[in-house]
Amino acid sequence: MSGGLSAPTLGKHSGETVGIVSYGTYIPRFRITPDEIGRVWGADGVGMGKNLNIVRKSVPAPDEDTITISTEALRVAIARGGVDPKDFGAVYVGSESHPYAVKPTATVVAQAVGSTPDITAADFEFACKAGTAAIQTCIGLVASGMVRYGVAIGSDTSQGAPGDALEYSASAGGAAYIIGRENVIARIDGTASFTTDTPDFWRREGQRYPTHAGRFTGEPAYFRHVTECAKRIMHRMSTKPEDYQHVVFHQPNGKFPQRAGKLLGFSEEQMKYGLVTPWIGNTYSGAALIGLANVLDHARPSERVLVVGYGSGAGSDAFDITVTDAITQLDRSVGTPVEHSLQNGVNLTYAVYAKFRGKIRLPGED
Amino acid sequence: MSVARFWRETLRRYNLGGSKCTECGKVYFPPRSVCPHCTTHRKTMGRLEPVQLSGEGEVFSYSVVHEAADGFEMQVPYVLALVRMKEGPILTAQLVDVDPKDVAIGMPVKAAFRKLKAEGAGGVIHYGYKFAPVLSPTEKVG
Amino acid sequence: MREVAILGVGQTKFGELWDRSFREIGIEAGFAALQSSKLSSRDLSALYIGNMASGTYIDQEHVAPLVLDYSGLAGHHLPSVRVEAGGASGAVALHQGYLAVASGLYDFVVVGGAEKMTDVPEERGSAIASSAVDQEWETVFGATMPGLWALIAQRHMHEHGTKREDFAQMAVLDHEHAGKNPFAHYRNKISLDAVLSSTPVASPLGMLDCAPSSDGAAAVVLGPLERARKFTDTPIKISASQIATDTMAVMHRRDVTTLDATVLAAKRAFQRSGLEPSKIQLAEVHDSYSIGGLIALEDLGFFPKGKAGGALADGGLGLGGKLVLNPSGGLKAQGQPFGAVGIAQVAEIVRQLRGEAGDRQVSGATAGLAHNVGGTGATAVVTILERVN
Repeated sequence: MSGGLSAPTLGKHSGETVGIVSYGTYIPRFRITPDEIGRVWGADGVGMGKNLNIVRKSVPAPDEDTITISTEALRVAIARGGVDPKDFGAVYVGSESHPYAVKPTATVVAQAVGSTPDITAADFEFACKAGTAAIQTCIGLVASGMVRYGVAIGSDTSQGAPGDALEYSASAGGAAYIIGRENVIARIDGTASFTTDTPDFWRREGQRYPTHAGRFTGEPAYFRHVTECAKRIMHRMSTKPEDYQHVVFHQPNGKFPQRAGKLLGFSEEQMKYGLVTPWIGNTYSGAALIGLANVLDHARPSERVLVVGYGSGAGSDAFDITVTDAITQLDRSVGTPVEHSLQNGVNLTYAVYAKFRGKIRLPGED
Repeated sequence: MSVARFWRETLRRYNLGGSKCTECGKVYFPPRSVCPHCTTHRKTMGRLEPVQLSGEGEVFSYSVVHEAADGFEMQVPYVLALVRMKEGPILTAQLVDVDPKDVAIGMPVKAAFRKLKAEGAGGVIHYGYKFAPVLSPTEKVG
Repeated sequence: MREVAILGVGQTKFGELWDRSFREIGIEAGFAALQSSKLSSRDLSALYIGNMASGTYIDQEHVAPLVLDYSGLAGHHLPSVRVEAGGASGAVALHQGYLAVASGLYDFVVVGGAEKMTDVPEERGSAIASSAVDQEWETVFGATMPGLWALIAQRHMHEHGTKREDFAQMAVLDHEHAGKNPFAHYRNKISLDAVLSSTPVASPLGMLDCAPSSDGAAAVVLGPLERARKFTDTPIKISASQIATDTMAVMHRRDVTTLDATVLAAKRAFQRSGLEPSKIQLAEVHDSYSIGGLIALEDLGFFPKGKAGGALADGGLGLGGKLVLNPSGGLKAQGQPFGAVGIAQVAEIVRQLRGEAGDRQVSGATAGLAHNVGGTGATAVVTILERVN
């Protein structure tokens, strides 16, 4: 196999350990159910929820956005890892809902955690896989010695057009990963990507809601990229599905990752912690990374995790991760465990949801 | 509020940077350049050092605001509070992630990073501290 | 230093004066004040005008010469000075006039106060009102003027056992009195239930706990007491005019439930006048929010801390009582044109001490106190006035 990011530049081959030093997540407190959404549109919300395997989705408060979610997630990661934010060399935020079309999310986040000014920062956009792309970038910077720590965040407050199928799943949340070589709680031993020009989902400049290509988003887009990427990394790492205790897929709904797992030969047990979308919805750039966080919340030393992200447009990034002994030293009690957010929240009516999501406009707004 | 006017305070508003009097040890937020507490306060001019607040505190007083401040219209009703920080100073800020009827004086809270307001649909967005209950929401759903 | 007397007072009706401009109301109050004395405009040495926010309410700064000009006095080239201290602009302007006359620099001055508040939309008006508190560390974080007073109220309830009903009673009393005041913005009576169930603004405060935005102006003529008899039969002596200040923001106060500025201004004023709270028969206190009136009763020394609530609830502060509170109707019912408030309070006390207050006359009044606050208490002014026999 040629091209792309390949495993031999990392980890076990070079003798250099690069991996996750700490991580944190942030999932807003509010929820809405498919039933409630369907009620407003005269649709079978319960049926829709079943089809998508979505019980409820998270909703950001009116004062939350990708910048605040990213900041909160990173603050948890910093507190857990006891890392000095001044030692960060890079902060990258991947999202498809950056609050500004022009002006970085990453600068606000870096400033809010006290990392500025001796740092490089940028926003990434690649639909739902901007966060995993940021992790790959950080791996490169750390492995090359250009930075001591790199921060990669995947975070979104995504919107589906009112009444559209996406409205049942598009939610909000984010995860932050501090990538480094010291006190690594989970080694990243390999990464791979699979990328093509496949227009399954997009949002044009100035448009309020994204557009998707219906059933085209399935086979040629999500499934092809996720399975091809998974196969490539397992080929490179010489692994089989049974070598992993946990697998995490990008999860635009609760069904797609289950099917991808089945196609690749993973069991439900392996997907148990990595699948979070049914209880919080699709957090887009946050989705696979929150799934990984839930795995790490539960993981024991030496457990191996396969992560396969996906972003429309389209591409997949995969990571082969092995949890180290250091995870027992990480203070996982800091911040809110993902599990808590899967089970708790405050349900909203569609009316309040519409207000929170800016679907109700005040005079003077566009 | 103009871009520069808000921007010059972002270090304080994003990250609760206060100041501490090197004479008497009292902590201030926002930071001060002269200590109001020291009787020889002239001597303290320029002798306060930056200090990072922990973000931990408790509700000292509160109000549920129904008629919003300029730019907070979409957030009504919201809880406005005086929060006494662990380090001493009291701050004026919103409480978030709490049902107004559950707010009580003495309730432990921690700093949260939120949008304060935006300068209209096309203007700059201001971010800063608010406070949320320390105890995670325990509302079970589903 | 000379003793200073008030020789005349005047005021416009307070309210939504849609057909009157800033300059018109300023002139009306000034002329009314002059006419209630025997002074001619030629006798004047200077004009002071208390105004909080003409620059934002009507986009007009530099209003002191403007009012003088349209009063027909531009040709006299008198000094004309605007004074700003938030909601206490009026009483602080009075203080400046008082100092000038007391010092002997000027003999006769007019001190006016005016605000034209209804030329902006209501939301804009609220934002302008809150410009008297800390814009960088209070309003940026969602604080409103009623919100900040509500924080004070909630803490007062917590620390002193004050009840919601106690300060609601302040609004009831104000409306009771304003019914007898032809200048008042609101002359209707309101019930305690109406206040308690009024539209919530910032809990525990409802709409009827909040003073309105009003247009209005008031003015007084000051001169040396020793020459006062020539211009009026009933000169009223300014026994004290004292200003005190405190932290700009509520959060920085020594005690959130006390306005130290009021405590200190009152202490200095009583000291200066040689009087004590029990000698005061009527008080006009700053109740822009009902809780403010309650706290003023404590901070001015009329009741111990935590006891004003009970006193308000028990009644007895109305006409016929030992201490009559806000016979004008206060800020709540007479109205709240910011810059005019402090002057209107003094004008009411002068009318009362002269025996010219009509249906709301406090019988046998010899000494009255006015209490004017800027912001949430960063400035407080206490003025004590006495009848001269």
